[in-house]
Amino acid sequence: MANSDHTTRRTFLGLAGGAAVLGAVPIVIVRPAEATPAMLSAAIRNVVGEADVRTGKVKLDIPPLVENGNTVPMTVSVSSPMTANEYVKSIHVFNEKNPQPNIGNFYLGPRAGRAQVSTRIRLADSQKVTAIARLSDDSFWSATADVVVTLAACTEEAI
Amino acid sequence: MPSALINVPAKAKRGDVIEIKTLMSHIMETGYRHTVSGEVVPRDIITSFACRFNGTEVFRADFYPAVAANPFLTFFTTVTESGRFEFEWIGDKGFSETASASITVE
Repeated sequence: MANSDHTTRRTFLGLAGGAAVLGAVPIVIVRPAEATPAMLSAAIRNVVGEADVRTGKVKLDIPPLVENGNTVPMTVSVSSPMTANEYVKSIHVFNEKNPQPNIGNFYLGPRAGRAQVSTRIRLADSQKVTAIARLSDDSFWSATADVVVTLAACTEEAI
Repeated sequence: MPSALINVPAKAKRGDVIEIKTLMSHIMETGYRHTVSGEVVPRDIITSFACRFNGTEVFRADFYPAVAANPFLTFFTTVTESGRFEFEWIGDKGFSETASASITVE
């Protein structure tokens, strides 16, 4: 009996020591300066693939301070010619901290005449909103805005 | 009762870029809310929207739960001939609604 107790304690101490070492490792890993949550970057990768996303050309109009996250007006416009050869293919909008990273995808074409889309969105927390545009040459351009939300959406109790 | 509000100019000049506004009444239940007793309220959203002009698609959108209730959408299109815009919303629980608007191009 005493022997088996001993073994158990030794095993436990060994495991605990190992866990402590393992636990210490992630702290050593250097994080990127601006850590983007993994879900957001995965959602963006789903759309852009391996392509580079450059900042610019896209304008994201969203109020910086929002009282009610249940309905936040948002306008995305892309400065690009809208001709048969050069146009905006699509606009994708993402968020950082809602339960899901996607907000909406909007598919345009040369006929759109102007690459601009407005809608109303929900924000569950103060966070970053990112809009990415895909141009006809398959280049990706983005804009990001910070929004402070006073009353959060999505998570309140339904009646 | 679902109902749509559409704003399309009645008249336009050939080659004009016109603005189209649409609003569909819909609860857009996210699927992340709980009742007081703790049950999850099942997701019920509009997942896609399409706009066709004389049968050709001119605009399309995918919606996620992060789109606010009663989805409102503004977009642009170039008109070259008189015709009819058709709008279609498709969503969870077999939701499907259509609306249309005509435009005269001079």
